[in-house]
Amino acid sequence: MEVKNCFHCGLDLQKEDQIVFDEKVFCCNGCKTVYEIFSQNDMICYYDFEKSPGATPLDISGKYDFLDNESIVAKLLEFQEDSAAIVSLNIPHIHCSSCIWILENLQKLQEGISTSQVNFPQKKVRITYNPEVVSLKKIVHLLSSIGYEPYISLENYETGKNNVDRSLTYKLGLAFFCFGNIMLLSFPEYFEVKEFWLDTYKPFFRWLIFALSLPSFLYSASGYYVSAYKSIKSGLLNIDIPIALGIIIFFIRSTFDIIMDYGSGFFDSLTGLIFFMLLGKMFQIKTYSFLSFERDFKSYFPIAITRINTDFSEESVPIYDVEKGNRLLIRNQELIPVDGILISDKAEIDYSFVTGEAIPIAKKSGDKLFAGGKQIGKVIEMEVLHSVSQSYLTQLWSNDVFQKNVEQKHKSITDKVSHYFTPILLLIAFAGFGYWIFIDANIAFNVFTAVLIVACPCALALTAPFTMGNVLRILGKKKFYLKNALVIEQLAQVDTIVFDKTGTITTNKKSNISYEGITLSEDDLLVLKNVLRASNHPLSRMLYDFLPECKRILINDFEEITGKGIQAIVDGKQIKFGSADFVGKIEDNSIQQTSVHVKMNEVYLGKYIFNNQYREGLAELFEQLSVHYKIKVLSGDNEGERELLENILPKDTELIFNQKPEQKLEFIKKIQEEGSNVMMVGDGLNDAGALAQSNVGISISENVNVFSPACDAILDANEFKKLNYFLKLSQKSITTIKMSFALSILYNIVGLSFAITGNLLPLVAAIIMPLSTVTIVSFVTIVSNFYAKRLK
Amino acid sequence: MSVIYLLISISIVVAIFFFVAFVRAVKTGQYDDDYTPSVRMLFDDELVKKASDEPIQMSEKQP
Repeated sequence: MEVKNCFHCGLDLQKEDQIVFDEKVFCCNGCKTVYEIFSQNDMICYYDFEKSPGATPLDISGKYDFLDNESIVAKLLEFQEDSAAIVSLNIPHIHCSSCIWILENLQKLQEGISTSQVNFPQKKVRITYNPEVVSLKKIVHLLSSIGYEPYISLENYETGKNNVDRSLTYKLGLAFFCFGNIMLLSFPEYFEVKEFWLDTYKPFFRWLIFALSLPSFLYSASGYYVSAYKSIKSGLLNIDIPIALGIIIFFIRSTFDIIMDYGSGFFDSLTGLIFFMLLGKMFQIKTYSFLSFERDFKSYFPIAITRINTDFSEESVPIYDVEKGNRLLIRNQELIPVDGILISDKAEIDYSFVTGEAIPIAKKSGDKLFAGGKQIGKVIEMEVLHSVSQSYLTQLWSNDVFQKNVEQKHKSITDKVSHYFTPILLLIAFAGFGYWIFIDANIAFNVFTAVLIVACPCALALTAPFTMGNVLRILGKKKFYLKNALVIEQLAQVDTIVFDKTGTITTNKKSNISYEGITLSEDDLLVLKNVLRASNHPLSRMLYDFLPECKRILINDFEEITGKGIQAIVDGKQIKFGSADFVGKIEDNSIQQTSVHVKMNEVYLGKYIFNNQYREGLAELFEQLSVHYKIKVLSGDNEGERELLENILPKDTELIFNQKPEQKLEFIKKIQEEGSNVMMVGDGLNDAGALAQSNVGISISENVNVFSPACDAILDANEFKKLNYFLKLSQKSITTIKMSFALSILYNIVGLSFAITGNLLPLVAAIIMPLSTVTIVSFVTIVSNFYAKRLK
Repeated sequence: MSVIYLLISISIVVAIFFFVAFVRAVKTGQYDDDYTPSVRMLFDDELVKKASDEPIQMSEKQP
């Protein structure tokens, strides 16, 4: 059979499934409809930029009814007036140039939209429209109908406009402006030419340089003064103290030189230093603007929910307004925002956001439903037990871990070095001063300042930012996204690794399926596969993919009973497929396993058992990790899989089951108090507390754009087996930093020997400073790239 | 030779002019998204009619 791909979304097609339209093949009606919309509006060059760029539109009827509520819409808008409104929508599907093209031509599809602009790195589209002509709901429906469904969550509700902090860019620009101009103007001074005109204009040049250095000194470097002041106040000696001290002494000495006409001062080196240090800061900030490391439950919870009032009218209300005793209506694929009790007969709840478990759990009328689950199937009704903030899951966020500033608890390697560096430096400066004061007071003053200037630890301050920045980029390319540079240092110090089980070391993509019972004939398999085709239940989909390919036959009387199973008649055979009590089999429930039972013509045949599928390379990864780290596995599930896990994992792995979200957090806290540096690897919202408490929290995500709880780093699930490599690389980057520290101390010794003998000329300083910067930067880049390539 | 005061002043003024232009560019958010504009500039301004509609006409439009 020839394999074709859907013209719109690129899905593999089988001949009998495809829909042919306008000489092109499509996988489903959804894709065909999108193509129709585009072709009717002369917009088919959408398909010219990229091959099969689209996504299949999903059914969204009723999902965005809350956008009829004016007060909710007002919260989402960036700007609103009578005839113009601006909204920024997050669209996870944005991935290629075709996407940009179609989204920026929305005005051709919908009257009332005046412009739309895509921000590709942030996966956002900013739409300006006329609310008198078109409603936001209509725009959202249009976007969804062409396969670009926006992602609207509770998070959008309160954040209006968030101001971007661009001060570092200004500081850097200003520093470069001052540095460049001063370099040009100080050129004549470098060559001590005894020329009449140059001598005449010397004061002019010098005062101009002085004036130009002021903005750099006062504004660009201001961050260092503030940080140094803070660190003195808190009693820590961080690297910013010698930097700030160096800059200030630099400035005072140079000004003094000009006033007393001793020389031209060191303004060129000073501004160059400030520029390079800010550049290092800039380099270290590598942000993945399409990712978010701060996601909490708000990113997943809907903005509004349908409430059923006492007079049975339905109304969309913001979920913060939901109170105890309210009745809510939850549609297919909608998230349950609060704890409650199920009123409807049956429900299937998918808790994959919370636990990582992909298989839905069946609930009966009267059962408790917890916030964070997703309803799959029919519309259900529920009664609210707790408001949003008091629900079981959301209570986790009232824990202290989420309040305190995590940045403070770690002392960086640069700060540790400067703890020794600063006192030694001051000692040398005073010793030099003490020695020269008996010979010449003038020279003594010069030596004192020169020591502080030359040793101003620019090379030291540049090492870490450039190494970290480079490693961040290397890791980012390998799909391991770190929140900031500090995480690398913390990774290198980890000695205990705690894994979550479901969704983290198991994958929720495919399940390991086995069959127990009477052997099925080929005809039976054929019938089964065709019955499964019609069902949308996740287990049916998994089993459908598992069964061998076969031809299609006609099914009669297909019926899907929510929470139970499916039944159908094929070729006169009656087939029942589903849970144990559905097929009338009594099973002891002591071992919890997910299974689907098969009954044909009232004869029980057997069951398909769904075992958790462990991630590829798990055993090897744990083998490698157990050499250097203590490994523990935490799970919210029961002990059903203990034996299986013990077989796969190394002997001394500790396995802990039945852990609630708070217990996971407490567990991490406990081993931290025993003195361990803990790395937590998790995936669901129930790990959020443990991820925040641990020294490094890594969240594993199948789709990094859409889902990951708040953490320090996000790892693409496919790269899970490389975890050991990432840990090794972060350790090597610390080694690189240490080597580079040694190198910069060598530079300092050379510089200091000039300074202490009273020979530091502006020209020498102007050579040593940039030279050391360039060597350090190239050294760390080369070495860290080398390690990234060599390690496996 | 005192013309050097004038020349240097002019050069500084020019430099400041560019610096102000830079600050304004940052302020309006031009550097916030450094990818999308690079793609956007390659799109045609007008929608291209269906490929079957006389391709010759199109080549006239864009010589």
